Amino acid sequence: MTAVTAAAGASAKKPKVGSLERQRRWTMRGTYLALCVFVVIFLIPPFYMIMTSLKSSAEISAQKGNPWIAQSPTLDNFVYLITNDQFQRYFLNSAWVTGLEVIISMTIAILAAFSLSRMGFKGSQVISTGVFLTYLVPPSLLFIPLFQLVGNLGLINNTWVLVLLFPTLAVPFCTWIMIGYFSSIPKELDEAALIDGANYPQILLKIFIPVAMPGIIAATIFAFTVGWGAFLYPLAYLYSADQAVLTVGIVRELIRGDVFAWGTIMAACVIGAAPPIIIYTFLMDYYVAGLTSGATKG
Amino acid sequence: MANSAMMIGSGPATTPAPRRVGSLKRLARRRSSIALLLCAPLILLIVGLKVYPTFYAMFLSMLDRKMTKFVGLDNFAFLLDRGWHSFGMVVFQSCLFAITAVIMKALVGFILAHLMHNIRGKNQRIWRGLLLVPWVIPLALSTLTWWWLFDPSYSAFNWTLNWLGLDSIPFLGTTWNARISVIAVNVWFGAPFFMIMYLAALKSVPEQLYEAAAIDGATAWQKLIYITLPMMRNIVLITVLYSLIVTFADFDIVRILTNGGPQNSTHLFATFAFNVGIESGNIPRGASVSLFMFPILAALAFFVLRDVLKRSKEVST
Repeated sequence: MTAVTAAAGASAKKPKVGSLERQRRWTMRGTYLALCVFVVIFLIPPFYMIMTSLKSSAEISAQKGNPWIAQSPTLDNFVYLITNDQFQRYFLNSAWVTGLEVIISMTIAILAAFSLSRMGFKGSQVISTGVFLTYLVPPSLLFIPLFQLVGNLGLINNTWVLVLLFPTLAVPFCTWIMIGYFSSIPKELDEAALIDGANYPQILLKIFIPVAMPGIIAATIFAFTVGWGAFLYPLAYLYSADQAVLTVGIVRELIRGDVFAWGTIMAACVIGAAPPIIIYTFLMDYYVAGLTSGATKG
Repeated sequence: MANSAMMIGSGPATTPAPRRVGSLKRLARRRSSIALLLCAPLILLIVGLKVYPTFYAMFLSMLDRKMTKFVGLDNFAFLLDRGWHSFGMVVFQSCLFAITAVIMKALVGFILAHLMHNIRGKNQRIWRGLLLVPWVIPLALSTLTWWWLFDPSYSAFNWTLNWLGLDSIPFLGTTWNARISVIAVNVWFGAPFFMIMYLAALKSVPEQLYEAAAIDGATAWQKLIYITLPMMRNIVLITVLYSLIVTFADFDIVRILTNGGPQNSTHLFATFAFNVGIESGNIPRGASVSLFMFPILAALAFFVLRDVLKRSKEVST
């Protein structure tokens, strides 16, 4: 009798455990299936970008066969671009402009964030709020008055105009991130340093910057992304090929020529997309943490 | 500065009270002037290149085409009256673009975040990396690739459709096709951002809440409605508002994909302002076009700011 009930209990219990496990397994299968669909859709353009960049102009202009796959892959497009003076110019322009922009933006942002988060003075709250507010002012609202402004400064069609304007895109958000990170550093740390006779530059350099390094990395990546990918300002203010940066150069100069130069254009896009992709591959975690730090705090 | 710092350390013990107050005051004053000095570049940048241009735009928008005569609100009046047949379309398309794209991005991001939340550990990083790719590629370059995918003469999409036995679609050729294509590209680009924000929010929901709900016999749907959504409410709100601003002011996608065509039906405020102000050389009218964005953006910014300030107050207390 007891044996029967025990057996019945066991047999009743067993399928239940099994079904729970099975259910979880099916959930995971469904999850991975759905994710695969999304990944495939999301990666269609990058995939096609790479595929086209490997095709010769002849293959593209023939317009025959499956466009998704390069029938006779070739690196000619890349070789052409790398040895092309104009394209080298675009890449170098993008590189030095973005480099300078990152340095300027980060310097401004770190100094301001240090002051706003630690040296609280009259109006510092107002400034912090104002910084956040200006982050919400998009460049497309300001490019026309700025056109007049840089025209008056004599900077139209001069790559330096970007060094002046790009920090406006990056600084508000970088400052916002840095204020968040600096505020999370315990006050006791800099008080202890003050008592030990450290001055403000020392506190900033030896305590705040090392401790807030993840935040600095996140903000730097943001500044880099913004500068490297910027399109509106260079399009509006630079019109000759020798002053152009990568984004505008590819869109404007390469398209103007041969209708079927798509192989070269896509190869240029691959080269242009490579630096951000490489940076994100290694530093994505910092960036995501920096971006969502405000979000998870509450 | 080292001296004043020393004073905090040794002052209270040795110096008499009146002098101490004075030096502390001096220290405080000095401290705040240094603080202001450190903020100076930021203030200079924001006032010079963000605040001033905003007011300058308002001034510019009230000049005539040659920028010699003050014409009051004539430019705005023109856009709302004789220019309405094209500007009305810009207003309609901007609203359609921003609202549809943000809803789609929020939905896709929400679904993706939930799917990602099911996966734990190292796998999640890899999937997240793959899904973030659209967001990492410079938008101008990926839009160029979309254009090539939509290309009328040799579209890869149409090849696939034909291969499946379907008719070709002129993706950018007709008004509504072009509108949908532009929105689709924006959703493709922006959904990963929503995903990481929502994923972070999901991770911050305490596990105990779900356990308690499970004990009470809640279904997955009930958990979503009564736990997940209320806990994520703030983030969803801020992300949606912020994205509305950015999407509303979008430029790159429309500029490259359609440049406003066919028949000016896909122009957004930004691309139309570029067309009028920079390409046609009517700077005052271009400025007034982009200023039409201002009240909408200001209203959205007000709500974002209110939420962010409320949150930071909650965090600090």
